[in-house]
Formats: sequence, structure tokens, C-alpha cells
Amino acid sequence: MPNTFELIASYTATGSVSQIDFSSIPSTYTDLCLKISGRTSAGFNADNLLIKFNNSSSGFSGKALRGSGSAVVSYSPALVGFLPGSSSTGSTFSNNEIYIPNYAGSTYKSFSCDSVTENNGTEAYALLIAQLWSNTAAINQITIYPDSSGNFVTNSTAYLYGVKNA
Amino acid sequence: MPNPTRIEVNCSTGEVQEIELTDAEVAEMEAQAAIAEAKRAEDEAAAEAKATAKAALLDRLGITAEEAALLLA
Repeated sequence: MPNTFELIASYTATGSVSQIDFSSIPSTYTDLCLKISGRTSAGFNADNLLIKFNNSSSGFSGKALRGSGSAVVSYSPALVGFLPGSSSTGSTFSNNEIYIPNYAGSTYKSFSCDSVTENNGTEAYALLIAQLWSNTAAINQITIYPDSSGNFVTNSTAYLYGVKNA
Repeated sequence: MPNPTRIEVNCSTGEVQEIELTDAEVAEMEAQAAIAEAKRAEDEAAAEAKATAKAALLDRLGITAEEAALLLA
């Protein structure tokens, strides 16, 4: 990890929230890294964790490799991770990391994500995702939200880091 | 009942705001959830169809899944 890894902002949910939004992100770093520990209130074992850049949910395309412990599936929704839901073991959260190189540049933004869910049951997931945001704008706002109508639950956390000279 | 809220963390000022979603944002979220649910149902149906087809093939061949895995190893 570069020694210029700096915390820009963080948030810990103290109640139920539908979206976590980091705005006015400074353009002074070379890369961004967002780390999320999350859980949704939706009634699923795992719900998709989605992202918006600059409040836009369009222009994303990706490829995800998902392992469940018993099968590997390849698919391509525009997602960045999974969130355990109310069908998962209580008080378990997923770990997610989103790494966005050259976020302030003027080319399309390719970025990577990894995610693991936790569930003391028959099925939990690991995800590796390659994503592309086909937009040349500098990223100054990142929004994360559950795919379904669920909300992030209390103690879900999001930490946004800036990386210089990566 | 109030609408769900979103959290906005301003990275320049450090200010954290809890903002109630507008009706339009709630409608967008519900539409997104409906799409997600349809996709989930579609994926589950496809997985079930695949499992059924696999079981039928194994039955026709007269071998178990473990034996099939041995053949492919």
C-alpha cells in the first residue's frame, strides 16, 4: 500500500439509510479507494451493492466472477459488491473494496472491486469485478446503495481514501 | 410515513447531512428494486432449469455427478 494513502472521509450508519453519498471529492489524488462494510435490510441472503459516479447510474458496464463455495458464476451487471440481507446470519456484514485509478482524468474510468459476504449458513459469496464507467468526466461524487428497496443498516461503514503517486 | 433518507458526506467541508429522498427519488429506487427482483427471479429460474437439465442428463447416462466430474478431471 502506498504511504500516501489518506483518509478523505468516512461514515458509520447510526440508523437506516438508503444511500451513502461522498460529494465534493477533491481532485488532488491520483486514485481513490472506497472500503465498505455493509449489510442491507432487504430480505435476501445477498443483495447487489451498486454505485453511481457524479450522481449518474448510466454508462457502467462490467464483468463479475462470483463464487459461492459450491459454484462459480460469471455475469455482468453493473455492480460493485454484495450485501448480506435479513436472510443471512444476524449482525454479519460484507467486506467490499472499490479501487478507482485516475479518477480525475479525462478518459473512461476502469476500476476494480472485490467483495466477500459473511453467512454462517450454506451459502456465502466472493466476488471479483472489473468495471468500466464510460464517461470522461472527473469523478467528484460517489454514491453507494443497495439494489433492492432495502437500506444500509446501523453500523454499516464506508471509508473513502485518496492515493497519491500510486 | 416519511421517505427514506440518504447520507451526504461533503469531502471538502466534512459536513454530514441526512436528506430525505424526494418522491421522484423514491419512485426511481422502487423501479430499480423491481428490475433487480425481476433479474433475481430470472437468474433463479435459469439456475433451476440448468440443474434440472443436468440431473436429466446424468440420469440418461446412468452416472452420478461425482462420476461425471471424474470424467472431466
